[in-house]
Amino acid sequence: MRDIRSIVLFGVIVAAAAALLQSGVALTFIMMSLYAVLLAQSWNILGGYGGQLSFGHALFFGVGAYAQAIAQLTWGWNPWLALPFAIAAGVVVGLIVGALTFRSGLKGSYFALVTLAFAEVFRIVAVSVPFTGGGVGLMVPLHASIANLQFGSRRGYIYLLLGFVIAALFCTAWLRHSRFGAYLQAVRDNENAARAIGVDPVRVKLGAIAWSAAFMAAAGACYVQMFQYIDSGIAFGSTISVEALVGVIVGGAGTLWGPVLGAAVLYALGEATRNLFGEVPGISMVIYGAVLVLIVMFMPRGLSGAGLSVRRMLKGAQPPQPAPQQDERKEEARV
Amino acid sequence: MSEALLQARGLSITFGGLKAVQDVSFDVLPRTLTALVGPNGAGKTTLFALLSGFLKPGAGTVQYLGRDITGMAPQKSARLGLTRTFQIVQPFGAQTVRENIAVGAHLHEPDRRRALQAAEAVAQRVNLHSYLDKPAADLTVGGRKRLELARALAAQPRLLLLDEVLAGLNPSEIDEMIPVIRGIVDGGVTVLMIEHVMRAVMSLAEHVWVLAQGRLIAGGTPRDVTSDPTVIEAYLGHGTAERLKQYGAQP
Repeated sequence: MRDIRSIVLFGVIVAAAAALLQSGVALTFIMMSLYAVLLAQSWNILGGYGGQLSFGHALFFGVGAYAQAIAQLTWGWNPWLALPFAIAAGVVVGLIVGALTFRSGLKGSYFALVTLAFAEVFRIVAVSVPFTGGGVGLMVPLHASIANLQFGSRRGYIYLLLGFVIAALFCTAWLRHSRFGAYLQAVRDNENAARAIGVDPVRVKLGAIAWSAAFMAAAGACYVQMFQYIDSGIAFGSTISVEALVGVIVGGAGTLWGPVLGAAVLYALGEATRNLFGEVPGISMVIYGAVLVLIVMFMPRGLSGAGLSVRRMLKGAQPPQPAPQQDERKEEARV
Repeated sequence: MSEALLQARGLSITFGGLKAVQDVSFDVLPRTLTALVGPNGAGKTTLFALLSGFLKPGAGTVQYLGRDITGMAPQKSARLGLTRTFQIVQPFGAQTVRENIAVGAHLHEPDRRRALQAAEAVAQRVNLHSYLDKPAADLTVGGRKRLELARALAAQPRLLLLDEVLAGLNPSEIDEMIPVIRGIVDGGVTVLMIEHVMRAVMSLAEHVWVLAQGRLIAGGTPRDVTSDPTVIEAYLGHGTAERLKQYGAQP
C-alpha cells in the first residue's frame, strides 16, 4: 500500500510540474530524466530483482524502436497501434533470448556476455538488411498530432513517458509484494535453495526478462516518437545498455526508488558537466566518469543504500559489529 | 515392501574415477524418522542429491509415492512433497527471516499476505519467531540451520530430507531442536536425516542406515547398528574404541 501511495504521489508531482513549468530547459530535463528512469527501471526488473546482469539491454530497446518505426513506415500503421506491437516484439525477443540462455543455465558474467553478443548481432544485422534502412536508418516523418503520437511540445512526451514509468514502478511494486517477486528474489539469492522448495528458476527468470524487455521496448518506441529517427547504432549500440544499468547501479539495484533516483541524478550530472565544462572537449566525460567511480567506491549499495545507512546512523542505531565476528569464528571452526 | 514412501534401488553415481555412491538400495517407511549416518566422505550428501534430483544417478531408480522420480528436477519433486535442506546453509541473504520462510510457504499459497502469515506460524515451530524481521544474513549458524528447516517445513512436505540440521549447534540448541524434529514426525511428515550428532540419532530415529565409502553397510534400529562390528570398524575407524564407549554409554 505504501508503495502504491508513493508511486501515485510521484506521478501527480511530475505531472503537475510538467503542466506548470514553462521553461523549455526544465521540460526537456523532465522528459529526458523520465526516459532515463524508464531504461533503468526496466533493467532493474531483471538485473536488480532477478540478479541476471544483462549487458545488452539495448537489444530490447532496439527491437521496440525498429518495430515502432517499421510498422509505421512500411506497413502504414497508426503509431498508437504500433506501440503495443513494438512492446510485444520486445517481449518475444526477450523470451527467445531468455529461453536460450536460462535453459542452458548461463549465469553471471556468461549471461552478461551473451546478452552483449545478441545486441551486437542485431546491430550488425540491422546495418545489413534492407527493411531497417541499413546504415542510413529510418526517419519517421513529422506530423505533430495526438492521433499520430507526436506532440508539438515536450509535455505530451512527458505524459507518455510518465505513463510507462508509472507502469514500470507498479510492476516493481508488484515484484515486492507477490509470489512471483518472492520467487524471483529467491532465485537471485540462491537458485538451488529455491529449487529445493519448488521454485522453477527458468520459468521465473523468463517472466522477469519478459517484463523487463516489455518496458525496454516501450522506451525504444518512445524514442522513435520523440526523435523521429532510429539507426542501428542508437538502437542496438552499447550506449543504451550502459545507460540502463548504470542508473540502477548508482541508485541501488533491487529497490523501488533507487533506479529512479540514480537515473535522474546521472542525467542531471551529465547535463551539468556538459554545460559547465563544455568548452574543453572530453573533460565533461572525465568528470562524469570520476563521479561515477566515486559513487560506486563509497556507496556500494547505491544512493538509496547510502541514504538508508545515513538514516540508521542518525537514529543512533549501532552497527551490529560484535555479533557477525562471532559468527565468522564459528563458521571457521566448522570449516 | 510396496508401502514404502521412498524406495531407492541400486543407486550409483561416479565422479571421474570416484565411485561416490554404489548400488545403494533402501526404503523409507511413511511417518517414520530414518537416519542416514556414516563417516565423512561416505557419500551421504551425494545420496541426498540423487534422491532429491539435484544429481542424476548413473544407475538405479528412486520411487516416491509409488512413482518413478529418478532424476526428476528438484522443483518438480518439491511439488510432490519431497523437500530437502542443505548441509551448508543457503539462506536468501538479502531477505528477512519472514520473507525467506514465505518462499517455502508460497509453494501451496499464492497469496503473499497469507504466505507471510504462514511463515510466522512456522517460525514459531522452530523458535525463530523473535528474529522474523531480521535479515537472514544476520543470523547465527544455529539460527540459519533453523531457518533452513523452517523454509522446508513451510513448503508442507510429506517427505523431508534433512542434511545435518544439528551440525554447528551448541548442546543446548540441540536439546531445543530434538523435540522440534520429533514434533515434525508426529505431525505426519516422514523424515530422512543425515546426522552426526549420535545423541539425536539415538533418541529420534526408528531406523538407521549406515553408509561408508558409498555403500550401505548396515541397517537396523539405532541400538543394533551402533553395536554392529562392521559399523564400528567403518564409522569410527580403528583405535577409537574410547569414543565408541562414550557414544554407546549415552543413548
